[in-house]
Amino acid sequence: MKGPHVSKQEFTFDDLKRILLEGAGADEEVDLDGDILDTDFESLGYESLALLETGSRIEREFDITLDDDIFADHTTPRSLVEAINASLKVTVDA
Amino acid sequence: MSARTLVTGIGVAAPSGLGVEDFWAATRIGKNAIGPVTRFDASSYPSRLAGEIHGFEPAEHLPGRLVPQTDRVTQLALVATDCAFEDAGLDPGDLHPCDMGVVTAAGSGGSEFGENELRKLWSQGPKHVSAYQSFAWFYAVNTGQIAVRNDLRGPTGVLVGDQAGGLDALAQARRRLRKGSRLIAAGGFDASICSLGWAAHLAAGDLSVSEVPERAYLPFDAAASGYVPGEGGALIILEDEEGAVARGARDAYAEFAGYGATLDPRPGSGREPGLRRAVLAALADAGCHPAEVDVVFADGAGVPRLDREEAEAITAVFGPLGVPVTAPKTTTGRIGAGGAPVDVVSAVLSMREGLIPPTTNVELSPAYDIDLVAVRPRTASVRTALVLARGRGGFNSAVVLRALD
Repeated sequence: MKGPHVSKQEFTFDDLKRILLEGAGADEEVDLDGDILDTDFESLGYESLALLETGSRIEREFDITLDDDIFADHTTPRSLVEAINASLKVTVDA
Repeated sequence: MSARTLVTGIGVAAPSGLGVEDFWAATRIGKNAIGPVTRFDASSYPSRLAGEIHGFEPAEHLPGRLVPQTDRVTQLALVATDCAFEDAGLDPGDLHPCDMGVVTAAGSGGSEFGENELRKLWSQGPKHVSAYQSFAWFYAVNTGQIAVRNDLRGPTGVLVGDQAGGLDALAQARRRLRKGSRLIAAGGFDASICSLGWAAHLAAGDLSVSEVPERAYLPFDAAASGYVPGEGGALIILEDEEGAVARGARDAYAEFAGYGATLDPRPGSGREPGLRRAVLAALADAGCHPAEVDVVFADGAGVPRLDREEAEAITAVFGPLGVPVTAPKTTTGRIGAGGAPVDVVSAVLSMREGLIPPTTNVELSPAYDIDLVAVRPRTASVRTALVLARGRGGFNSAVVLRALD
């Protein structure tokens, strides 16, 4: 399970920022490069549809299936990144 | 008697100019804005000319969150709305949100956005389709996004009637004002210069196949051979007079004085087309005698049969050579639901300057007994203007605008 394929199987905070920007853009009053790891997505200006689009892009790029409730259960970037990495680990281990 | 409805702000996004200043500078002298299609590869299609808006960068005008979720037509509509509010000297936050509404017309919605997502669906699968496809393609999306961005929580609506829909939207706005709203943002937009939109234009017929921008769209000319599609539209801020005065609105452009709409009889019935009745209804609604009308902004289909019908309707109401007629849309092509609101902008600017913009490129056919303002603008005192619009399927709408005393 070593090699370039496996090394891609980590979801980073930078991945999240990039995917948010690509899929939904960014609110001018929010600095995604600032200290936002523990800020709610809602406070960052992302409504449910933006999160749906973000989840769909993560699923495509990382070839995983996310739980329908993932954004309800994980409302901040830190929590989401951890949850997705946990999910990736299960995928790789399996 | 209802209070008067005033035009207090205008915003325009047209091939001839993004913003009122550029638009009028080009329109008043009839500067051609039709050219080869650049928004997609049209080389394999029989029609390859369009009126495109060049140099529009949505990110320069709109928030970063809005750009990925909007089609070009919605981006143009939002920018025109911002301009119209600014022109009206009004921040939407100045009024109660529930006292303001929005009514727009559209023919095809977010064609380009929809095309791109459909392409992803076919080539990559459903997981690749944007979540924003759920509304970005829809012809109601402009009304929705304008309402959300400007916090307009009063009445909203969407009209679909091809060109005629652009005037029907203004009339619906007036109805809402008469029912108690303070302000309605109203207008129409279309922008479907993409392969999906082009297929629809071609399937509907009447598209010019000329290769020469100056010879492709020639309403009322003996060489008329169809139309060229354009993109964009206009947003008009309409207010009830009492409220406009109370907020200290200055320099209102005109009164939205009259409106009439009819449907054509069944094709082949042999009965008279409905345009003349629409004109008479609008004049009656405005309490206006035909002799008071200083200019007619024609629909200008560019299709001989339709041009003849329109010329006959104008002559029937005003008499031979009875009123100056112009179709400045020869500079932009036909903008669908956006065409007539753009003409309304031209009409109120004609009043302000005392100048009727020309019907660029056209040499009037001797078959028509109308006083066409062709090639060169004409100075004139414009106190009352009539704007005509017809849509595929037999829609006829007419609006009377009157200068304020």
